[in-house]
Amino acid sequence: MYKLLLCWRYLRTRYIALASIISVTLGVATLIVVNSVMDGFTVEMHHRLNDVLSDIVFEGRGLNGFPDPEWHKEEIRKVLGDDLKGITATVVVPAMFNLTVQGESMMQHGSLIGIDTQSYGTVSDFPQYLLHAKNREQLSFALRDEGYDDRLPSSGWNWRRKRITLERDYLRQMQEAERLRREALGEPVAMNTPPAAETPVTEAAPVTEAAPETAGPVDPFQRKRQAAAEEHVFDEMKQQHPGVVLGIGIASHRYRDADKEVKDIFYCRPGDDIQISFPTAGQPQIVADNFTVVDFYESKMSEYDHTFAFVPLDHLQEMRGMVDPLTGVPSVTQIQIRLHDGVDLEAAQQKLYDRFPPQQFGYSIRTWQQLQGPLLQAVQMETTLLNILLFLIIAVAGFGILATFFMIVVEKTRDIGVLKSLGASSRGVMTIFLTYGFSLGIVGSGVGIVIGLLFVVYINTIAAGLEWVTGRPVFDPTVYYFQQIPTVIEPFTVGWIALGSVCVAIVASVLPALRAARLHPVEALRYE
Amino acid sequence: MNKPQELERNVVAHRRRKNGGAPVQKKGQSQRIDGPHGSSYLSTRDLVKSYYKGKIEIPVLRGVDLNVVQGEFTTIVGQSGSGKSTLLHLLGVLDAPDSGEVYFDGRQIDNLPASGRELLRNRTFGMIFQFYHLLPELTTLENVLAPCMIRESVWGYWRRRRQYKQRAEALLERVGLSHRLRHRPCELSGGEMQRAAIARALIQSPQLLLADEPTGNLDENTGQEIFSLLRSLNTEQQLTIVMVTHDRKIACQTDRVVQLVEGRVVEKQPS
Repeated sequence: MYKLLLCWRYLRTRYIALASIISVTLGVATLIVVNSVMDGFTVEMHHRLNDVLSDIVFEGRGLNGFPDPEWHKEEIRKVLGDDLKGITATVVVPAMFNLTVQGESMMQHGSLIGIDTQSYGTVSDFPQYLLHAKNREQLSFALRDEGYDDRLPSSGWNWRRKRITLERDYLRQMQEAERLRREALGEPVAMNTPPAAETPVTEAAPVTEAAPETAGPVDPFQRKRQAAAEEHVFDEMKQQHPGVVLGIGIASHRYRDADKEVKDIFYCRPGDDIQISFPTAGQPQIVADNFTVVDFYESKMSEYDHTFAFVPLDHLQEMRGMVDPLTGVPSVTQIQIRLHDGVDLEAAQQKLYDRFPPQQFGYSIRTWQQLQGPLLQAVQMETTLLNILLFLIIAVAGFGILATFFMIVVEKTRDIGVLKSLGASSRGVMTIFLTYGFSLGIVGSGVGIVIGLLFVVYINTIAAGLEWVTGRPVFDPTVYYFQQIPTVIEPFTVGWIALGSVCVAIVASVLPALRAARLHPVEALRYE
Repeated sequence: MNKPQELERNVVAHRRRKNGGAPVQKKGQSQRIDGPHGSSYLSTRDLVKSYYKGKIEIPVLRGVDLNVVQGEFTTIVGQSGSGKSTLLHLLGVLDAPDSGEVYFDGRQIDNLPASGRELLRNRTFGMIFQFYHLLPELTTLENVLAPCMIRESVWGYWRRRRQYKQRAEALLERVGLSHRLRHRPCELSGGEMQRAAIARALIQSPQLLLADEPTGNLDENTGQEIFSLLRSLNTEQQLTIVMVTHDRKIACQTDRVVQLVEGRVVEKQPS
């Protein structure tokens, strides 16, 4: 009983001891904050990666792919049975994107992915990262009129028509000026030679402005020829090239303006045309084609947003020569598989390897974790290292407690003698100081937990405050594409941290407690 | 002192140190031995105790034989360094002798195991000191209750807390401190602190009170008051008291005065 009473009184009267556990408190708080933020990043990243990547990727070796995806899908369905949630075939090729920005050509490189609009949404959360609300419901590679994003108020068909009208007006004005100039010089006027650089998009198919109805039905053959020509004439105002969904990082640049506001500059927008070059299958040759941007893809994973572009699968297969001319059977480079929640991915992977043995087929079958292994491992290693370093801080704090406790024991020498002369056992005296250390640990880690949890809960407010005070961005959304710092509080981790720090406090008080217990009562009573 | 004797004593002292402070019990020695002076309550036989400063042995007690009769108020007087306090510590089993024995109520107590000595100090002996030795973190009442708390477990103390508190309050009233129950020692005067210490020594109803210069740090009047208190405890409750003092005036008022000269007893009758 006296142990508890004395312990309580020491706790309330010895503020120096409380000062010695401030480092424990800070260590605990920092550990909780760091773990919560790292867990937050990890969980968010897992979430995003898994949503973007599908669960298992079934891949051929080269860029030529493997033929007959339907047969493969059927086999995979048979192997996985009810575990299968979604399956789709894709073609992935490296590609160069050529964007025309203010009359200048800009090259970006990335991965071009041919997808099937119907089934691609079943293997990943791809549609939910699109900007247009209707595309999020059902992806279409047809350009929509408008309604993309607040950042892009003018886009879609409306923007396309407006832009083309302006471009044509400009062209006409230029031609008029040229005509006038030549007239003034007395040179013959040559019409209908539009400068190529002004209208790159129309270069491939020159615009014919002749209205078909003005020509009378003179020659039936001529009429037929005209109708055929009309079919091949590409009218930018009414038609689009094959659609492409561009990763938002390819088409934009994020920066902070003078007021520290995060802004995006778009190099192109839905309704604009771009060129994409990529290698063909077989003997690799570079082919290029025009595509019309129909939407942007924003997964907020910086790497993916800067790399991926999606086009219709059949168009890509056709352009790359992946369709067998005799049988009409197409090839693909990947089959992406999504399983139901809770299914063991590695077991499913093993089943697929059993069906398609590597010696025989040469497919690589990998789970998303394996595909992103180095990244996930790097984050894991960072967390471990930080934990070790921060726990060392608490261990250092342990030495502070040790020193303070030694001082307290020396200061209390006579009281220890008195207690022993009143019949207290050595073990009892030792218990007083161990309990004291334990309660200091509890107080230290308790306060640390409270501070840490408060910090985690209000971390974004605190980051904003720090930003305001220091004038430097603490958390930069231009780097992470997260609007806020993600945090996850794991009760298990918090428990371990608290337990660890209490243990450090107890261990640090063992030596002083032993010293107190071994004091000889007579010598302790004589101590001045 | 001849060589073999000295050697034997050193060996005993060495064994005792190895034994964690507990005296070495010789083989064949029974736990309960009647004292050499049959009727005496507390007695010592040939107590020897030395201190070591480095390797130099400083003998303090050189064979003390003392007998205290039950109900007697004995004072031990002597010059500084004559070993009065050391003798009192040996009597109160706070320390163990190099050789010789201490008997209490017909039973040898200097060779008891640590737990036995703790129990003895807690329940059978009450101790008061020159510098009061109250615990500064506790109030007067809590200081008086400390021996009960030490003796009992948390649950046991909690169950009997009313009973203990009543007793402590009664004792504090007896020593004239009923108005100081909630004060800390630093808020009390020297005399009040010594009264609180006496109440603390009495809380477990001890059979023997050991007082180490209880008046040494007080002025004459207060010292006399404290002595009167002890004297009345002795006469009213037949409490056996052994007191060490420097004050000859006070020593003269007790039943028996034992003088220590260079670590040996020279008996004196109070004049």
